[in-house]
Amino acid sequence: MTSDLFETDVVIIGAGPVGLFAVFELGLLDLNCHLIDILDKPGGQCAELYPEKPIYDIPAWPVISGEGLVDKLMEQIKPFDAQFHLGEMVTELERTGENGFIVRTDAGTGIKAKVVVVAAGGGSFQPKRPPIAGIEDYEGSSVFYSVRRMEDFRGHNLLIAGGGDSALDWTLNLQPLAKSMTLVHRRPEFRAAPDSVNKMEALRDAGDLTFQLGQVMSLTGTGGQLEAAIVKTPDGEIEVPCTRLLPFFGLTMKLGPVADWGLNLHENLIPVDTEKFQTSEPGIFAIGDINTYPGKLKLILSGFHESALMAQAAKRIVHPDQRIVFQYTTSSSSLQKKLGVR
Amino acid sequence: MTKIIFIGRDGTRYELDAENGSTVMETAIKSGVPGIEAECGGACACATCHVYVDEAWADKTGVPEPMEEDMLDFAYDVRPTSRLSCQIRVSDDLDGLTVSVPEKQA
Ligand SMILES: Cc1cc2nc3c(=O)[nH]c(=O)nc-3n(C[C@H](O)[C@H](O)[C@H](O)COP(=O)(O)OP(=O)(O)OC[C@H]3O[C@@H](n4cnc5c(N)ncnc54)[C@H](O)[C@@H]3O)c2cc1C
Ligand code: FES
Repeated sequence: MTSDLFETDVVIIGAGPVGLFAVFELGLLDLNCHLIDILDKPGGQCAELYPEKPIYDIPAWPVISGEGLVDKLMEQIKPFDAQFHLGEMVTELERTGENGFIVRTDAGTGIKAKVVVVAAGGGSFQPKRPPIAGIEDYEGSSVFYSVRRMEDFRGHNLLIAGGGDSALDWTLNLQPLAKSMTLVHRRPEFRAAPDSVNKMEALRDAGDLTFQLGQVMSLTGTGGQLEAAIVKTPDGEIEVPCTRLLPFFGLTMKLGPVADWGLNLHENLIPVDTEKFQTSEPGIFAIGDINTYPGKLKLILSGFHESALMAQAAKRIVHPDQRIVFQYTTSSSSLQKKLGVR
Repeated sequence: MTKIIFIGRDGTRYELDAENGSTVMETAIKSGVPGIEAECGGACACATCHVYVDEAWADKTGVPEPMEEDMLDFAYDVRPTSRLSCQIRVSDDLDGLTVSVPEKQA
């Protein structure tokens, strides 16, 4: 755990496409930003849910992939040198005195800022709970969706379910600690780095782990202590003894801590005005998929527009004494200096 | 018009008119067939439009592309006839296609 305290002009919660573009609009107005995202990479839904799929409605890009768009945004905001805190979830947002906020993450990071921009999209990405009967009863005691401390798994009969990189990586990392290791996946092909698959297969061939073709259907045990998983295999159901289960079935978006910050919510969205995109709390703005207003469209395009207007209002809060002069990037030498092209 | 038949979890039969060129998922959503959620709107990114294709139709609907196969990893109780219904395009050939809704979506 770190307990760093940073100070900046604007803290942006969520590094999806809209949070990223906000860095650009704020940067043109000389506002420095920190961004926080629970994902270990920038790009939000574009990066996590559809990196390879085409988007056709980004102005002037007849077609661009989710990942392509994120790469371009990262390039565009590079001159502004925003600081990223990735793999951290914002848990607390508090007002400090008259004109400022402090945002804290689950990793112990604290950031003081004069303005907070909530660009949290559909909420924070969290591991998906697989539809296994009765799994809730074992969560937190025998079933875990992430590994905080590897030591917690030492000496256990471990079952890992899934066929992606997380499943393979944790199979390889935890195998040396586990009493026994079983990987269960519904087919012989994996969606993972070929190198990890090769390593897993080598361990299997050496008898150091079991690979079981099949799907976990239900669990048995008592008082939250797992004893076995019922796995449906091509040859019928079998019981796989295990004391810990780590299911890796991708990520889904849950509103999460955004609900705890005292902001008005309407059906899990944050109502804002359409002049500044400010929330019910002065100094806290909401842009992108997380906000709502009459006529709102959940499009990347709308989020970009919202960023531009929000930035004007943020500027007035951070530098109340400065006059805002409307300028074009094409012709303003001062904007071009900020962009590093002059 | 092409007819697509959905068998609900409770056995209810939904016989729906489907537009050629649309998808089996869109057909279900338009009529609100319970159990087809389609959270990602047909982008093959959520696995909540999972169906079992009736054995007799499996040849006609074909096999999943690798991307769909990857996404099926997230579905519950995947069987040899499992498909993501947003990836099945409606055409005259599929007139009478019967699919059933699984017990749970991912
Ligand atoms: C399959 C698919 C296809 C799409 N196609 C298109 C399209 O063609 N055109 C289009 O315009 N739009 C499309 N969209 C919608 C588009 O992706 C969203 O409108 C866009 O991603 C919203 O951007 P955002 O930055 O507001 O939020 P998001 O992209 O949702 O990013 C929000 C980020 O905030 C993080 N976050 C939330 N809460 C916290 C917290 N407490 N702590 C830390 N981090 C947090 C999340 O982890 C997430 O990374 C598509 C969406 C999907 C799923
Ligand atoms: S609707 Fe999401 S995968 Fe079919």
